[in-house]
Amino acid sequence: MVLEIIQLTVYGIVLGSIISLGAIGLSLLYGILRFAHFAHGDVMTVGAYLALAGVTGLGLPIWAASALAVGGGVGLAVLIDQTLYRRLRRTAPVILLIASVGIALILRSLVQFVWGPDTQVYTQELQMPVRLLGIRLKPTQLQIVAGAVILVVILHLFLTRTRTGKAMRAMADNPELARIVGIDTELVVVWTWVIGAALAVAAGIFLGMDTRLQPTMGWHILLPVFAAAILGGIGKPYGAIVGGMVVGIASELSTMVFPPVYKPAVAFALMVVMLLVRPTGLFGAPR
Amino acid sequence: MADVTQAGDAATVPKADPILRLCDVEKQFGGIRAVAACSFEIGRGTITGLIGPNGAGKSTLFNIISGFIAPTSGRILLDEDEITGLAPHVLFARGLVRTFQIPQEFQQLTVLDNLMLVPAGRSGESIVSSWFRWARVCDEETGIRDRAEEVLEFLQLTRLRDEFAGNLSGGQKKLLELGRTMMTDARLVLLDEPGAGVNPTLMKRLVADIRRLNRERGYTFCIIEHDMDLIAALCDPVIVMAEGAVLTAGSMAEIRRDPRVIEAYFGGSGQARGTRA
Amino acid sequence: MDLFELFTFVVFFLSLVGIYGVLALGLNVQWGLTGLFNIGIAGFFAIGAYTSAILTTADSPGYVGGFGLPMAVGLLVGILLSGTIALLIGLITLNLREDYLAIATIGIAEIIRLVLKNEEWLTNGVRGIAGIPRPFAGWFDDPTGVTNLLVVALALVVVYAALERGRQSPWGRVMRAIREREIAVMAAGKNTVRFRLESFVLGSAIMGLAGGLYAHFFGFVSPEAFDPMYTTFLIWVMLIAGGSGNNRGALLGALVIWTIWAGTEYLTNAFAPPEYLTRAATVRMFLVGLLLEIILLTRPQGLLPESQFVTRREERRRRRSDISDGK
Repeated sequence: MVLEIIQLTVYGIVLGSIISLGAIGLSLLYGILRFAHFAHGDVMTVGAYLALAGVTGLGLPIWAASALAVGGGVGLAVLIDQTLYRRLRRTAPVILLIASVGIALILRSLVQFVWGPDTQVYTQELQMPVRLLGIRLKPTQLQIVAGAVILVVILHLFLTRTRTGKAMRAMADNPELARIVGIDTELVVVWTWVIGAALAVAAGIFLGMDTRLQPTMGWHILLPVFAAAILGGIGKPYGAIVGGMVVGIASELSTMVFPPVYKPAVAFALMVVMLLVRPTGLFGAPR
Repeated sequence: MADVTQAGDAATVPKADPILRLCDVEKQFGGIRAVAACSFEIGRGTITGLIGPNGAGKSTLFNIISGFIAPTSGRILLDEDEITGLAPHVLFARGLVRTFQIPQEFQQLTVLDNLMLVPAGRSGESIVSSWFRWARVCDEETGIRDRAEEVLEFLQLTRLRDEFAGNLSGGQKKLLELGRTMMTDARLVLLDEPGAGVNPTLMKRLVADIRRLNRERGYTFCIIEHDMDLIAALCDPVIVMAEGAVLTAGSMAEIRRDPRVIEAYFGGSGQARGTRA
Repeated sequence: MDLFELFTFVVFFLSLVGIYGVLALGLNVQWGLTGLFNIGIAGFFAIGAYTSAILTTADSPGYVGGFGLPMAVGLLVGILLSGTIALLIGLITLNLREDYLAIATIGIAEIIRLVLKNEEWLTNGVRGIAGIPRPFAGWFDDPTGVTNLLVVALALVVVYAALERGRQSPWGRVMRAIREREIAVMAAGKNTVRFRLESFVLGSAIMGLAGGLYAHFFGFVSPEAFDPMYTTFLIWVMLIAGGSGNNRGALLGALVIWTIWAGTEYLTNAFAPPEYLTRAATVRMFLVGLLLEIILLTRPQGLLPESQFVTRREERRRRRSDISDGK
């Protein structure tokens, strides 16, 4: 029993790492552009498939393919922002919401068109689980957690040590104030897309490593990612990490009671409770 | 509280009869105290002025009284009933009505519709009765339309009846805001800078209208205003706020003599000088 | 194609347009009239469909059923159930930021999708529920499904008339005012949360009705038909393309977009080689997505815009540019 809980918690940390990476970008975008980016899950999907192209098409090792995919995903996100979202920014935020749902659909149909609707994997190699104090862990899962930690450290350095990073945090927290202080908002917006898309691509690749690749993978993880962002408080990147971990671990632990297919429902339930009790998030000021 | 004498036009009422009472009302935003231990009364039937430099917390106080934000602590009493934290529509039903500093007209509705929107508690505001009790809805609408026409006449806006409110001038929008408060049986009306952006001709009408409403309908007014001429013409008593608290209160003449008021407006507290928000 | 086949095809086509029209009207109450963002349309659609399916079918082994109730009862319960679920979501999210409602509707649609797929005792899982009675089945012979079309048309007319009446009533006036300046409506003494809740519940109930109509139209429901993205998205494109806020625009959008959607399907089925059929479907979806973005960028008010006032200044500017264009 205790062992099972520990085992599930470890799985939860793996899932939480993936969700967190998605949630950080979503939370920053939400805080800075004031709209819920519903295509975020599908940016993850695109990233995962770009890496797949690197692995199967060019025969690259997964890390090199990932670097390529991050570049591609970031380029795509900035392109979409500059051609579409930017023009709609002056209208009501909900128009951006609709536009992003449209982008989600476009990205997903593209992926499905190029790679087909069937599930795919990065490698056919059999993963031999490592046993550590009675806990099973696949090498990929270790890689996922390690990769997430490295990315979060880089993000932390960016947010605390660079001018743009500090401006980004200020803007995510209070855009009106940031504008008064004289922050170059358009520059911060572009950087937010760079960071958000890079982390989303990484999350997508990790998700593909952990399970399999599917055109709907990103859309289906969008709900937990949103739950994590709301749990952590909109516009708070560090909160998103905690939110992601809570959602990940709670989802895995719930499989002791509910069938595993209902993991997204657990995330939803957590979110609803949060909205009822403390809509500003775990670390937000009470209303 | 300082001596509350009645404005010349208003009917004399005992001064110990407050319609609204604030007890130690406080509001904090994050670490900033916008309103600090604010206590005062508004006498029934008065036109009370609320003045103070920018950032004194006047508009925040209006928002608290009218239920748009909840105070951090303190109590508010309307006719000796506690109303702290009640929702705006509940307070409205009790006769507490407000306007906004920036006119909040509905641009996409006509002037007439802007007024007809206001009266509450009608069956027509449920979609179900619009299906099953259409005749009754129409009856009520006719009554409300008559009332709205009366208000338009009162404000001399009849010729703009079918104009979209978005096309009105700033001053006309202010009159329309005042008109909306007349569509209900208000007892206490909070006006947030009714004179801002109003040209002198319209201003005269506005002053006259407020005075008439006070006299003929018995509205109690509380007015935030930076235009001291308007305050002097209409208000007695005048309450002065500074840095979130009540500084002093009294007739305009008394206020003018009070050195603390001058200090608050022009002194070294870093506040902008009496300019408009 | 002989005349009979053509007639059957037209009836089939119009029935679907009608069902999508009801869905678009439901969304128009929420988005067009009130500005509420629902991307869980498929969920409410599915609730209506499955409720009516379960209540009206004959007994079958493996899952709940055998009630064999009349179609009207099935539709009504479906409407009530969709409305109730909308009420619960609305109570939680409607006094928060507007996009929280959107996220919550995704959540509920996802959960409904999972339940449809996995709770075999209730929904028969991926195999779906078959044998849903057609309207007035057994009363007379109807090979073309024209009775069905009449039922759909009746539902559409009733919903349309009810919404138009509501739009013209004081209720509609408050709704338009809320969409414009909610804070001022609050100051005018309205409980705006209640109004938005009413609109959200009403819209979702209408979507539930559409679901019931759909179930009785096809006689078969399965989770695949309620793919969240597919249904939800098409309805959104229909409303935006047609002109949100305008009920006639919603109906026009349903007709136009469904014609494009079904027409391109017909073309690809006829001309594309079979091995490319699934790919062709994704291309169509891609194009619909692109169409939406183009509409948002170039004609956000849609084909039939809601009649709105233009400020005098804009009017003058427009007239002036007309004149300069003319010369």
